[in-house]
Amino acid sequence: MGAQFQHDHIVHFYHLHALDWVDVVSALAADPKKTAALADNVSNAPWGGTVYFKNVQQRLKTFVDSGQLGPFSNAYWGHSAYKLPPEANLMAAAHYIEALRLQAKAARMHAIFGGKNPHPQSLVVGGVTCVRDLRPDRIAEFLYITKETQDFITNVYIPDLLAVASFYKDWGAIGGTSNFLAWGEFPESDQEPESLYMPRGVIMKRNLGGVKMADQARVAEDVTRGWYEKGPARHPYEGETKPLQENPKYRPGDGQYTWFKAPRYDGEPCEVGPLTRVLVAYARGHKDIKPIVDNVLKTLDVDANALFSTLGRTAARGIEAVAIGQRMQGWVMELVANLKAGDTQTYEPYEMPNSGMGVGLNDVPRGSLGHWVQIEDKKIKNYQYVVPSTWNLGPRDANGKMGPVEESLIGTPVADPKKPLEVLRTVHSFDPCIACGVHVIDPDSNEVYKIKAL
Amino acid sequence: METEKAFYERLEGKGVSRRDFMKFCTFLTATMGLSSSFVPKVAEVFAAPAQRPPVIYLHFGECTGCTEALIRSMYPWIDELVLEILDIEYHETIMAAAGQQAEEQLQNAVNKYKGKFICVVEGAIATKFDGAYGKIGGRTFLEIAKDVIPHAAGVICNGSCSSFGNIPAAKPNPGGYKGVGEVMGIKTVNIAGCPPNGINFVGTVVNYLLLGKLPALDNLGRPVWAYGKTIHDQCPRRAHFENEEFVEQFGSEEAAMGYCLYKVGCRGPETYNNCPVAKFNDGTSWPIEAGAPCIGCSEPAFWDKFTPFYEEL
Repeated sequence: MGAQFQHDHIVHFYHLHALDWVDVVSALAADPKKTAALADNVSNAPWGGTVYFKNVQQRLKTFVDSGQLGPFSNAYWGHSAYKLPPEANLMAAAHYIEALRLQAKAARMHAIFGGKNPHPQSLVVGGVTCVRDLRPDRIAEFLYITKETQDFITNVYIPDLLAVASFYKDWGAIGGTSNFLAWGEFPESDQEPESLYMPRGVIMKRNLGGVKMADQARVAEDVTRGWYEKGPARHPYEGETKPLQENPKYRPGDGQYTWFKAPRYDGEPCEVGPLTRVLVAYARGHKDIKPIVDNVLKTLDVDANALFSTLGRTAARGIEAVAIGQRMQGWVMELVANLKAGDTQTYEPYEMPNSGMGVGLNDVPRGSLGHWVQIEDKKIKNYQYVVPSTWNLGPRDANGKMGPVEESLIGTPVADPKKPLEVLRTVHSFDPCIACGVHVIDPDSNEVYKIKAL
Repeated sequence: METEKAFYERLEGKGVSRRDFMKFCTFLTATMGLSSSFVPKVAEVFAAPAQRPPVIYLHFGECTGCTEALIRSMYPWIDELVLEILDIEYHETIMAAAGQQAEEQLQNAVNKYKGKFICVVEGAIATKFDGAYGKIGGRTFLEIAKDVIPHAAGVICNGSCSSFGNIPAAKPNPGGYKGVGEVMGIKTVNIAGCPPNGINFVGTVVNYLLLGKLPALDNLGRPVWAYGKTIHDQCPRRAHFENEEFVEQFGSEEAAMGYCLYKVGCRGPETYNNCPVAKFNDGTSWPIEAGAPCIGCSEPAFWDKFTPFYEEL
């Protein structure tokens, strides 16, 4: 799970979000020598120097000169909302490419104990199957990759994040939401939720001082505005998924307009994800997270209110990547200690009960993930899950309350409504996974424009 | 056209020696079962294509796992595939354009490369209610497929969803999801798997670049070089099967000894794929090596046909 956080946050920042802030075409106008000086000044990346940046620039130039711009075609290059100087754009573009390679290596951590990535296969009810991989050579391989990945996070990702953020500080006041729910993750003993490294908690109306323990019984899903048969808001144990048997019409004004349900906690929409986890940890005075947050705020010269924003959300992703990545080596060494003591248990046999109910609460890179199951006659009678993107991108409810992404977009300044780059910044900052929340419309597609046009 | 010498100089500028490059070409040709005499030709293909082959990559009903698998490619790296080998004109996950500009880009690419582009599809197509259960920008997957696919030089289905329908088509299949070949009534190259190994996709593309045609396919449209044998026939645990040495419970002594997983539901005997020899993530491992029985993810309807998993068939 830790490896998943390290991997996902790097890919999100560089490959799913960076081009909202970085103008690749502008990098062609950069002076490689000045870029090298800038990189030396702000970054501890292992690659650099004038020759390196010259080569990267030449590679981009050859690509552009080919006339086949591929995935970089028809984007918002040259948009007035891009603020980085050409040298910073070139540095970021170089690291975009390095990160592409690094993520392929980082994914090997999953493959070592999971057989492959994506979709590792060694997780089964009762434990894991990879008993033969609990060997010193496998563990050492894992440790070295997690270290290499963490070096990238601390020496490249965080410096890039801070460098880019320093040009976009106004985004510390744009794109915020009000309520936050974290189930928490990384139990460090059998005591759950008490021992969770990323703690469980709920924060309402941005009141950090009022952080409370979160309780799954307070969750309900509303289907008023989704393309489902009408019904009351239901707790997931009683949840129903009955899609309309028709070609559903898009009626954003007062009708149904999405395949998402609207999850609510105590009747309120809640943002989930890195920002939520960091806020809950910060509010609880987390010994590792709090100093990193304070340091980032000080470096950018902004106060804690700036966390409730698009910039805060993007920064929080980096902050928790640092903290979780640092903790990982300790978790691996616990495994080593167990092996030393002769404890190689990887599996607990179980008997399927005739009937029962169960809930699993996790926090995955994108946010809070809950699974609810009812068993009858040794079979699943009902299974419902509420995934991070449903919390974040869910629609309005019976009371007209907006979901977090809708709320976050209100008041976003847009320089050119035909090229709403600013809207993309906020939507992408949530790391939306529409595929996880049932297909609506791709986030990289028209829907973004429609949300903006509301 | 760039000369061979200039090409190697450019490679070296990027920290790749000529030796490394030839090693990569040998790896690809060996993976594809081509003879080593093809090696120089692979190198030529990658050295200086006058025009990078245009690719339009469509996403329908899927989880993007196949794209994720593809970007784990190390031979070649994904940045090389994107910047130097292929011309990926449209791909929702990696493209910078959004909204109307993205839609426009799709149309532009289809018009510009009519009859010449490779269409890669990830994901199944909804057919019930006129395809209403799957839309992008207000258009159904079905409409998009009908607009784009007839203009393609060839269609490669990346993953089991586009190949066979897979999980979106699993019972009760409320959206009426089906594979691309079935919906469009065409033959497609099916890189089966959930997700498929990136090597299987890359190797097939190289075959196209190298020989100017698609590789030999089995009766399910899967390239024979990758899907010609069962997992079982290539499995390093096969001797344990013959000796009737089976794992009956995960975490057991037998599991620790690497016995055969047949009795905990391994579908290796029914499943055609190269996992045991290609392995995943730069040869790091594969499910059976991690003690997990094969779930048969490269076979049609595996979700319905092979469940419950973890039980002997």
